[in-house]
Amino acid sequence: MLRFLFTRVSLVIPTFIGITLLVFVLVRLIPGDPIETMAGERGISSEEHARLVHEYGFDKPVIVQYGLYLSRLVRGDLGRSIVTHKTVIEEFGSLFPATVELSLCALMFALLVGIPVGIIAAVRRNSIFDQGIMGLSLTGYSMPIFWWGLLLILLFSVQLGWTPVSGRIAVLYFVEAKTGFLLIDTLLAGDIPAFWSAVSHLILPAIVLGTVPLAVIARMTRSAMLEVLGEDYIRTARAKGLSSFRVVTVHAFRNALIPIVTVIGLQMGVLFTGAILTETIFSWPGVGKWLIDGIARRDYPVLQGGTLLIGSIIMAINLIVDMTYGLINPRIRHQR
Amino acid sequence: MTIEATQAPVVRKPPQGPPHPFAEFVSYFAANRGAMIGLGTILVLVVLGAFAGVFAPFSPVATNPQAFLKPPVWQAGGVAGHWLGTDAIGRDMLSRLIYGARLSLLIGLAVVALSVTVGTILGLVAGFFRGVIEIAIMRLMDILLTLPTLLLAIIIVAILGPGIVNALIAVATVLLPHYVRIVRATVIAETAKDYVTAAKLSGASNLRLIVKEILPNCAAPLIVQATLGISTAILDAAALGFIGLGAQPPTPEWGTMLADAREFVLRAWWVVTFPGIMILITVLAFNLLGDGLRDALDPKLKR
Repeated sequence: MLRFLFTRVSLVIPTFIGITLLVFVLVRLIPGDPIETMAGERGISSEEHARLVHEYGFDKPVIVQYGLYLSRLVRGDLGRSIVTHKTVIEEFGSLFPATVELSLCALMFALLVGIPVGIIAAVRRNSIFDQGIMGLSLTGYSMPIFWWGLLLILLFSVQLGWTPVSGRIAVLYFVEAKTGFLLIDTLLAGDIPAFWSAVSHLILPAIVLGTVPLAVIARMTRSAMLEVLGEDYIRTARAKGLSSFRVVTVHAFRNALIPIVTVIGLQMGVLFTGAILTETIFSWPGVGKWLIDGIARRDYPVLQGGTLLIGSIIMAINLIVDMTYGLINPRIRHQR
Repeated sequence: MTIEATQAPVVRKPPQGPPHPFAEFVSYFAANRGAMIGLGTILVLVVLGAFAGVFAPFSPVATNPQAFLKPPVWQAGGVAGHWLGTDAIGRDMLSRLIYGARLSLLIGLAVVALSVTVGTILGLVAGFFRGVIEIAIMRLMDILLTLPTLLLAIIIVAILGPGIVNALIAVATVLLPHYVRIVRATVIAETAKDYVTAAKLSGASNLRLIVKEILPNCAAPLIVQATLGISTAILDAAALGFIGLGAQPPTPEWGTMLADAREFVLRAWWVVTFPGIMILITVLAFNLLGDGLRDALDPKLKR
């Protein structure tokens, strides 16, 4: 097991260094002078310009800049935003909970709907229900979610007036940030109306972001269940006279879990890609929108730091998922 | 005459052995209703796109100052001739959607062609020569796979500048790892087989081994992945257009049209609804086709 862990972790390190290099080079290639962007429309004197270029290290050779970047990285310094002058870590930290809250709710939605639906579709294979669900899930998988979000806003916010159009919570509520998760913070503060405001702001974005994972999870659950339901031990369990509910949930589903967990792990990148679009549509103050704004403002440190942090987080999640397999399934652990 | 008629059944050989692989593939594929629907939809879109000038009642960029933001004809206030209404500056929605079909299909094809070509070359090199080259290529692919696809595409477009060609390059880069991985895996599996050793022993050059012996075995998985890749490409290019980094106005690209339409969500449902439906239908059709191809080409799934 230790060797398995060691191999997995050692594979991650070069990828991580590669990401730092890639991010550094890519961001450096973006055209446009960040100092002038920062100065805005009023412009900037050439002495001031030179001073700032020196201050941010833009005058040094690129390789030295990368070296400086790495050495600061090791000390946990990702630089400061050129626009707001706050540290990248600080900004990321204040916005990341919003993205996590949204993503977790989206994932919950996808799991709570996708798994039962996938199981039922597998049990009633080739029924109208099965075909309908598979048709719907392929549609969900093909959905341009930026349009799906607009459509839901059109229906629920504009036509029915049920949910707000944008933001995380109505402006009249002020909630002290303890965890950064508004659903929890409002409850901690005992402010029930604020909690409902947060919920109503969250519902549409979570559904929009959860749609593609929902489709993937439903399809994966169905096919994993179909495979397991054909096994001999399922016939044995049925022959023992166990209720069909017990056979499906206890005997079959537990064994179908491994491929399902895999898919959930793989959905992290998908979730983040979705979060960029969802946050843009709903003006959700998370890291996805922050990065998009960073590109528009040519905020190099934000782009560099943000991309690096997101890449690292996804890498860490993948690593955890990998290790979970090793724990669940000894055959994987002993593979070389 | 009569003799021939009676002899005919005797002379005709009874069907023997397995059917030709291609005939088998066709019969599997034709039996898949979803795949046939997908194929039919794609054909319709191709015809619409190819003859956009014939089908579209107006030019996609011509504005009609008499009809700003008019609803479709069946709704009160609709203007005759503008079947699906007009957008904020009086352009005909239907015409823009039809020209958009041409654009989206071309984007999808171009992205996948680029991605498959580069991916196949990298995959062949990695799988055949192994060693340091393989490690370098596969690590790079791992890195590309680790970053969220849209984020990577956005950064690439930010470097190259917004526009349809750059969006295309960005999306092709994002899709690249899938093809490299498929080709490399197939190459490694095939290189170990006896027929490759036999070809090598009979003096085939590396190039011949790669192109004549190994490459044909990558075809089936590549075709499936390429079909599915077209749908991803269309979706991602539309997403870039929507963020404002893809095709630029007044290009009738569906994602760009949606970006323009955002501010009219509250009062003009048609400018928001139709481009999205077109994206959905197109992407769905390619996914159906890809699934059908996979089922028909993958022997493991055959009953």
